[in-house]
Amino acid sequence: MEPSLPVESLICVPVLLPLLAAGVKLAIGGRLRRLQSVISLVTLGLSLAVSVVLLVAAESRGPLVTYLGGWPSPIGICLVADRLSTLVLVVSSAVTFCVMAYSVANAYDEQEHDAPMAIFHPAFLVMVAGVADAFLSGDLFNLFVAFELLLSGSYVLLTFGGTEARIRAGATYTLMALASSMLFLVALAVTYGATGTLALAQLAERFPQLPEQVKLLVELTLLLAFAIKAAIFPMSAWLPDSYPTAPTPATAVFAGLLTKVGVYSIIRLEALLFPGGPVSTLLMWLALATMLVGVLGAVAQTDLKRMLSFTLVSHIGYMVFGVGLSTRAGLTGAIFYVVHHITVQTSLFLVTGMVERRFGTTSVTRLGGLMRATPLIAVLFFVPAMNLSGIPPMSGFLGKLLLVQAGLAAGGWPAGTLVAAGLVTSLLTLYAVAKAWSRAFWSAPRVVQAGTVVESEEDTGEDPTVTTTSLPAALTVSVTALVALGLSFTVLAGPLSALAERAAGELMAREPYITAVLGRER
Amino acid sequence: MTVSLVPFLACFLMITTGVTLLLERSLVRALAGVIVLGNGVNLLIVTAGSSAGGPPILGVTPPARMADPLPQAMVLTAIVITMGMTAFLLAMVHRTWQLTGSDEVQDDTEDRRVRLRSRRGELGDAVRRRVDDYRRLLVRQRAELANLQAEQAERERLQEADLEQRLARVYDELEEWMRQGREQGLSEEELHRRFEEVGLREEARAGDNLARIEELRDEHARRRAAQAAEEKELRRKLRVRQREARRQVRAAIREERERQALAQDPGLEGDD
Repeated sequence: MEPSLPVESLICVPVLLPLLAAGVKLAIGGRLRRLQSVISLVTLGLSLAVSVVLLVAAESRGPLVTYLGGWPSPIGICLVADRLSTLVLVVSSAVTFCVMAYSVANAYDEQEHDAPMAIFHPAFLVMVAGVADAFLSGDLFNLFVAFELLLSGSYVLLTFGGTEARIRAGATYTLMALASSMLFLVALAVTYGATGTLALAQLAERFPQLPEQVKLLVELTLLLAFAIKAAIFPMSAWLPDSYPTAPTPATAVFAGLLTKVGVYSIIRLEALLFPGGPVSTLLMWLALATMLVGVLGAVAQTDLKRMLSFTLVSHIGYMVFGVGLSTRAGLTGAIFYVVHHITVQTSLFLVTGMVERRFGTTSVTRLGGLMRATPLIAVLFFVPAMNLSGIPPMSGFLGKLLLVQAGLAAGGWPAGTLVAAGLVTSLLTLYAVAKAWSRAFWSAPRVVQAGTVVESEEDTGEDPTVTTTSLPAALTVSVTALVALGLSFTVLAGPLSALAERAAGELMAREPYITAVLGRER
Repeated sequence: MTVSLVPFLACFLMITTGVTLLLERSLVRALAGVIVLGNGVNLLIVTAGSSAGGPPILGVTPPARMADPLPQAMVLTAIVITMGMTAFLLAMVHRTWQLTGSDEVQDDTEDRRVRLRSRRGELGDAVRRRVDDYRRLLVRQRAELANLQAEQAERERLQEADLEQRLARVYDELEEWMRQGREQGLSEEELHRRFEEVGLREEARAGDNLARIEELRDEHARRRAAQAAEEKELRRKLRVRQREARRQVRAAIREERERQALAQDPGLEGDD
């Protein structure tokens, strides 16, 4: 047992280190910009390293548990690192590291002088800590606190600079998030009242003893709270409205991580607490609606950021589909897709941010000929865009393939319908992305596309302004690294999907998690 | 164990009040909603989470009669979090008030875009209707012109036919007159002399007639030219009015857009 102690005490590092760094940076204030950047990057780099160590440990030794404050599980709060949480944690740490590198590179000649780095970095780090806490949490109330942590960071990032557009978007976002938090609290009250505990492992044991109706009530309330976070269709309207106005690094990391925290919570909820309940069919229909409505919204957009926000909503549907199948193969597909989608969606938003820096707009009606003007940005957009729409042999295709196989293996007409809808969504995503690509990147330089007569005459008045002719090299490097990470999932698809399958197996079995958390007391 | 209904009723009241306020457009009301809702939910946690008992402090209450301390700890955390969020929301309300002079939550971008698009559609429809009206007017005027021309041609034809008839009658009369002269035994010379007399007289009359026809033709041509000029003028006017209408619509749309863009993005930084 002795050698295992250091590894398990590492579990709290991804949560505590960013929080500590955020405090230090707040104390430093606006001075010493270079030191600030170094602190941020080192912190996130360390988190990434620790996450990798945790992943290796969880892979070889099963779920790792640490009890905060030394209190045993039912009384104290524990952090649990099993295969699923560490896998997602590794990817999210890598992504946040790249995004931080991007925003550091961006900040040296940032036009927004009223947007001080002294606020951005601490808020970003608090959010990262919240995300890590949500992934590692072994307790529902701690999960609530983690949500609040990442949300309070995200409120600050979303309303950054306090411009009117951002305050408007922030009002919607904040009120939505607060409403979902209140729902979560109600669910916690009901859960605690019904079971007398909030530790996930104990809940997994006590829920089966409850009456069906109480179980269903608790499950639906929790699901509703998580579904708002994950932007599943009837609760998704806030996302495309609020995300595109935020600063680019914030939008990128919101798109990559915040919705996935919701999806992760749904996976935990469905797999650990309520396996095989009647809700899985409901989840499948929600997934169907999310996929189709989201992608149709994406097709209608002319702004790159808004288009990407709608595809984000749409592709959440794939993961929910995998969860709704509630088979091992379905969960494998969902986990693989989460890993793939975090990376791809973040890199797309970052590249769009580069386009905005370079040309002053992200509207495809005002962009043109980027392929010739900036071939590097064009390639950096093209690769993740094709990855997102599922062109073989990229990981987007593999993730969809896993889900389709799982759907066909599960059989039955709801699964069949969803497989068909998934394929349609994939095609429509390709259509939306290809449309944006051909209008913004492939067309003749700065040719205004004729929409209606009025519109084209309207747009000739304002030529796209070239804001920066040369982007900092570090910006390009960070985005390239992220795109390369996305591509590496294609090369490493075999080991990755095997890992996802083992994680799914561990989830379905439930026993390793429960004994790891509660076993020592027995 | 007895369950007191009063706390649950209080929860119900606070949560419903909170939800109602949260649905308001005014941010201050929504903020009040969040506060009331948060307190309602906290009360629910305490009420639903534990049975009644003494304060869970060792030495004050015997352990068997203690209330469950865990929900209380959770509520403490939730209160702190709600306080933080309230502070943030207050700052946001203040900023909104600074920027827009009101604290209303504005419509989201998609809503405004849909509205703009429908307004643009209406304006386009109005222009199209006006153009259609002009086109119909033009068609009607052209048809009237064609009618006029046809009438004129008919009149000319009738006049020509009349002339021919009269000429034929003159020839007939001449034949008759020569026949009578021959019957009266007039010599050919005499006949010719008399014929020339009559012929000169008739020729003068025919010349008059020809001149009158020429006159009529000229007048007709003049009228035609005038009509063509009128039609041209009409078309020019139509074009001018169409251009004017389009300009107005464009100006209206530009104004509307600028208003929208200003409302949604005063710093003009992205978000289309």
